[in-house]
Amino acid sequence: MKKKYKIEVDCANCAMKMEEATKKVEGVADATVSFMSQKMDVTFAEGADEKTVMAAVKKACKKVEPDCEVFD
Amino acid sequence: MTKKQKNVLCRIIIASVLVLVLHYVPAEGWLQLVLYLIPYLIIGYDILRKAILGILNGKVFDENFLMAVATVGALLLRDYPEAAAVMLFYQIGELFQSYAVGRSRKNITALMDIRPDYANIQGEDGQLEQVDPDEVAVGTVIVVRPGEKIPIDGKVLEGSSALNTSALTGESLPREVGVGDEVISGCVNISGLLKVETTKEFGESTVSKILDLVENSSMKKSRSENFITKFAHYYTPAVCYGAAALAVLPPVINLLLGNPAGWSIWITRALTFLVTSCPCALVISIPLSFFGGIGGASAQGILIKGSNYLENLARTSYVVFDKTGTLTKGIFQVTRVQPSGAYEEWVKTAPGETEIWSGLLGPAAYAESYSSHPIARSLRDAYGHPIEQERVTEVEEISGHGVKALVDGVPVAAGNAKLMKQLGLSYEESDDVGTVVYVAVDGNYAGYIIISDVEKEQAAEAIQGLKAAGIRKTVMLTGDSRKVAQYIADKLGIDEVQAELLPADKVTCVEKLLEEKGRKEMLAFVGDGINDAPVLSRADIGIAMGAMGSDAAIEAADIVLMDDNPVKISLAMKISKKCLRIVYENIVFALAIKAICLLLGALGIVGMRTAIFADVGVMVLAVLNAIRCLYVKKETSK
Repeated sequence: MKKKYKIEVDCANCAMKMEEATKKVEGVADATVSFMSQKMDVTFAEGADEKTVMAAVKKACKKVEPDCEVFD
Repeated sequence: MTKKQKNVLCRIIIASVLVLVLHYVPAEGWLQLVLYLIPYLIIGYDILRKAILGILNGKVFDENFLMAVATVGALLLRDYPEAAAVMLFYQIGELFQSYAVGRSRKNITALMDIRPDYANIQGEDGQLEQVDPDEVAVGTVIVVRPGEKIPIDGKVLEGSSALNTSALTGESLPREVGVGDEVISGCVNISGLLKVETTKEFGESTVSKILDLVENSSMKKSRSENFITKFAHYYTPAVCYGAAALAVLPPVINLLLGNPAGWSIWITRALTFLVTSCPCALVISIPLSFFGGIGGASAQGILIKGSNYLENLARTSYVVFDKTGTLTKGIFQVTRVQPSGAYEEWVKTAPGETEIWSGLLGPAAYAESYSSHPIARSLRDAYGHPIEQERVTEVEEISGHGVKALVDGVPVAAGNAKLMKQLGLSYEESDDVGTVVYVAVDGNYAGYIIISDVEKEQAAEAIQGLKAAGIRKTVMLTGDSRKVAQYIADKLGIDEVQAELLPADKVTCVEKLLEEKGRKEMLAFVGDGINDAPVLSRADIGIAMGAMGSDAAIEAADIVLMDDNPVKISLAMKISKKCLRIVYENIVFALAIKAICLLLGALGIVGMRTAIFADVGVMVLAVLNAIRCLYVKKETSK
């Protein structure tokens, strides 16, 4: 399953860091963060619960980029 | 400005005033430190916080860390004004940068904003109700008033109007639509009220597909972008070790030589070195350039699926065209019917109803009645009478040859010369330029029909444009006869022609060309997207004629021309060349200035403030330069 989230991030480099961090979260099969369109595309792994995974994604992103925001 | 930016601006103003005031306060020692800490913390607390968080999370070497180290270093060296000023300059630079980037990002996205906000549904009382386009089911009747965007693809039920398609095609001429016409989402209704029956869901509509494509285009990264990622990976640690060496080695050498060590001088220089090292001008301006290029192109009706394709396009030196629908209009018309004498004799004894057999068009149209090929369509159009399909049996399509069928029980074959040879019939060669459909009835050769396709008005201009843009070779592939192909190629100025190809031959031809070309040269294939999918994906760059958003084209190609105008290929190449030139300009410019700053910083010629200023300057120039990618000179056709 693939879902798109609106995000707020200040720079292209931060978006790259978020992308790398998100990819490492368990339950995420693939992720892309676009600074330009301020969007995050997350492909969930088979059987992963979207809510718990996204909570973990948010935490991971905050860790690499304290200023970022991920909206549901 | 966003709330965050306003907040930073306030902090910058307060801190600048404080620093200016403190400049005239004659405080010494601890008191001075405490006083300068106030503006320092006001302006830099978030940087310090992020730096600490970064260290706790095992992420050192980012720009916050660099700034924290540099300014804390300055504080330890008792250069309090320097610490506050450096933090201040850094924040001013960051603010400027985020404002500039934010603005250009908005500019680009505004250009691509074709998303409709609502759809109007007429309620039972006749009142219009605005709903989310996502919630409109297929088959719903929506009302589009003048000035509104068409939210969902559909068919006009009532009304007529002119549509502005420029958001999709870059074409400024309005398009007239009336009852029964298909309309696609993203067009703006100019004059009349339209009632449209939706034929797709919003998610499947043209507008969603295009938005999806553009938004995802930044996923496919170009080599230049990947270069920056790799570069940053090695660069940051290298700079940090360099700075450490700069802080330690010269003083140690001084000590060994018996000179005073000069620790504070070298540590200051090392810190300056660190602060100037941030490669942000590159990291920001390069994706922005590509995004701008893709945005500028899409405003011209050229959809590019990724920055890698934009990059490849600039290095294209071979362009291979499919003829039909690409260089020609793909509208075939019967221009000549030539029945043989034997057929006219046979007609007199024809079975059953004679209407079919009264000319050569009848049997040909009936035999081709199940085919959706444009030639079949033009045969049926030329025949002009309604076709009763139940009279056709045992239809057999022979790919690349033609069709065989029984019409009223009489065997009819219609196709090219190969078909006649296969049937072992002798036929008369025609001298006319066009597609020849040979017809055999009841086992005998019955004559031929000439169908011609006209080239697009812009085709010759398109080929000239490509030559001017530095294309080495243009090739045309077609399933059509050699004579027709050569005629069109000569007329348009195409270098090489491969004719009479079966669909599979086209792939082989392209593969051969791919082997022939140099490793750094790119081959682009231009097709109409409906049956060219394998070739489109095999070529380095697949360019499809989008026919205003045909699904197959959008799926298979890397670049889609929304208005089917071949001139747009050379325009796309111009855009990509300009975009790449800007990218290289930025890479060279930013790296050169950076190297100079690092050198001057290491030699102690410039201080930290100057270094930061230079850095911000480069970044802003690079961003402004990147924005130029967005602006495309309108191609004016002669």
